[in-house]
Amino acid sequence: MTAMTRRQVLASAAAASLFPRPALAQAAPHVVVVGGGFAGATAARALKKLDRQIAVTLVEANLTFTACPFSNGVIAGLRDISAQQFSYEKILADGVVVTRGTANLIDTQARTLIVGDGLRLRYDRLVLAPGIDINWDALPGYNEAAVEAMPHAWKAGEQTLLLRKQLEAMEDGGLVVISAPANPFRCPPGPYERASLIAHYLKSRKPRSKLIILDAKDQFSKQRLFQNAWKELYPGLLEWVSLSSGGKVTSVDPATKTLTTDFGKHEAAVANVIPPQKAGRIAELAGVADRTGWCPIDPVTFESKLQPNIHVIGDATIAGAMPKSAFTANAQAKVCAAALARLINGEKPTEPKLVNTCYSLVAPDYGIHVAGVYRPVNGVLTEIEGSGGVSKADAPRDVRALEASFANGWFKTITTEVFG
Amino acid sequence: MNRFVAVLACAMVSLSAAVAAEAPPGATSCSGCHAAMPGVDSPVPPLAGRNAADVVRQMQAFRSGEVQTTVMDKIAKGFSDEEIQAIAAWYAEQK
Repeated sequence: MTAMTRRQVLASAAAASLFPRPALAQAAPHVVVVGGGFAGATAARALKKLDRQIAVTLVEANLTFTACPFSNGVIAGLRDISAQQFSYEKILADGVVVTRGTANLIDTQARTLIVGDGLRLRYDRLVLAPGIDINWDALPGYNEAAVEAMPHAWKAGEQTLLLRKQLEAMEDGGLVVISAPANPFRCPPGPYERASLIAHYLKSRKPRSKLIILDAKDQFSKQRLFQNAWKELYPGLLEWVSLSSGGKVTSVDPATKTLTTDFGKHEAAVANVIPPQKAGRIAELAGVADRTGWCPIDPVTFESKLQPNIHVIGDATIAGAMPKSAFTANAQAKVCAAALARLINGEKPTEPKLVNTCYSLVAPDYGIHVAGVYRPVNGVLTEIEGSGGVSKADAPRDVRALEASFANGWFKTITTEVFG
Repeated sequence: MNRFVAVLACAMVSLSAAVAAEAPPGATSCSGCHAAMPGVDSPVPPLAGRNAADVVRQMQAFRSGEVQTTVMDKIAKGFSDEEIQAIAAWYAEQK
C-alpha cells in the first residue's frame, strides 16, 4: 500500500464525486420531514442521532417555533410569549438540514417534495408532521377574516397575543365566551385549561366578569377534576354548557361577536372560537388524509395507510386511543424515527409501546394530569388495560401544587429535548 | 502510512458509532418527563445512568401501590416486569 496524505485522500474522494463509479455513486438515504413542531422536530433530530448515515432534511415555514402547551398561560397574562418560542439552531447543529419554506406539492411516484416555488427534494422516506389546520367549512360565519374579531388562538403566536389583548382591553363585567369543538381536535383538555386560566385572570383583575364555555360535547377530558376545581376556585364565574344543554355553536357573527346555538344567542365582549379542525394542509395534498380530514397510520411504523413511503406523526394522525398532545407527538416521533432507521437499513421494525402524559393547570399552583400507556392491537393504538387514568379526585391542594410543578418541569424537559 | 491508518481508523470509529444501541419498547417515551438532556430545571429525576435494579424496584413499588405517586402508578401498570427490566437496563447504559 502506498502512503497517502490526508490531502490525497480528500482529493481522491473529490475525484470520485466528479466521476462517480456505480459503487461510489450511491447517495446517503434521505429522509425529509415536513413540519418543525413537537412531532417533526423530534423525529428529525432523533433519526439523525439513531443513524448519522441518513441524510435528514427538516422543512419548516417559520424561523421560530411557538409552542402551544402553556400558551394558555400567555393568554391569562401569567407568562410571556417569548417563553413559548424556540429556534432550530440546535437541530441544525446536530446535522439536520433545516430548510425554510412551505411544502406545496408531493410527487409520490417520483418521491419528490416541492418546497415553495420549486425547490425539489427527493426522498427515500417522507415524514409529515403538519399539525392541524382550521376546518373553515365546518362552522358557518367562521372564516379566515373572522379570526381577528374572534380569535381561535389554537395555533400559538399572533392569535395567542390577540386573545390576550382582547381580554386586557375588556371592561370589568364583560362576558367571555369560549366555544369548544366536537372530537377529535388538538389538545382535548386545552379548552378547559384555557377557561380555567382566563377565569383566574378575571377573578383577580375583573371580578364582575363571567365566562361561558359553549361545548359541542357532553363529556370532556379530565372533566370531573376540572368541574370540581371550578366549584372550588371560580364559583359563579365559570359556566360550562354541554351539548345536551344547548352548548353546540351552529354559527358565529364576527361583526357583533355573537355565537348562536340551537337554544339561543350569546353576545360576547371577548369571543374565543375554538373551531373544528383537520390535519394540516400538506396531508390532503399528499393524499394521506381520509374523508375525516385526519390521517390513518400503521401504529408500528406510522407509515400512512394510504400512501407508501410517507409517514405521518403528531396531531394530524388517527392514532387510536392516543390523544392529540405534544407529549404524544414527541413519543410518536421517536417511535417513527426508530422504525425509519430500521426500514432504511433493511430491518423489520419492532412493536412499540408509547406513553402519553398531559398536565393541565386549573390555576398557576393547581395542576392535574391524564396519563396512558399504548400499544398496537389489531392495527390500532390501544390503551393497555389497567394502565392510565387521571389525578385523584380527592387529592389535597399540596398535591395539586406538586402537579403544577411537574407540569412546569415537563415543559422545560420536552422543549429542551426537542429544541435545546 | 501511519497517517492513512489513522484516517481509516477514524472512519471506522465513526461508522460504528453511527448506529446507536436501540431502545426497548416504551423507553423513548420516558424522556418526555425525565430529562435526557443536561441542565433541565425539573423536579422529575433523569433516568440516564441510574442503577437498573433501583429503577426496577421503584417501578414495581409504583405498580403495586407500595409507594404513593401522582402519575407513575398509572404508567407502571402498563409495563410487564420484563419490559421494565429492559428499559431500566437501557437507561443504565445511557449517559
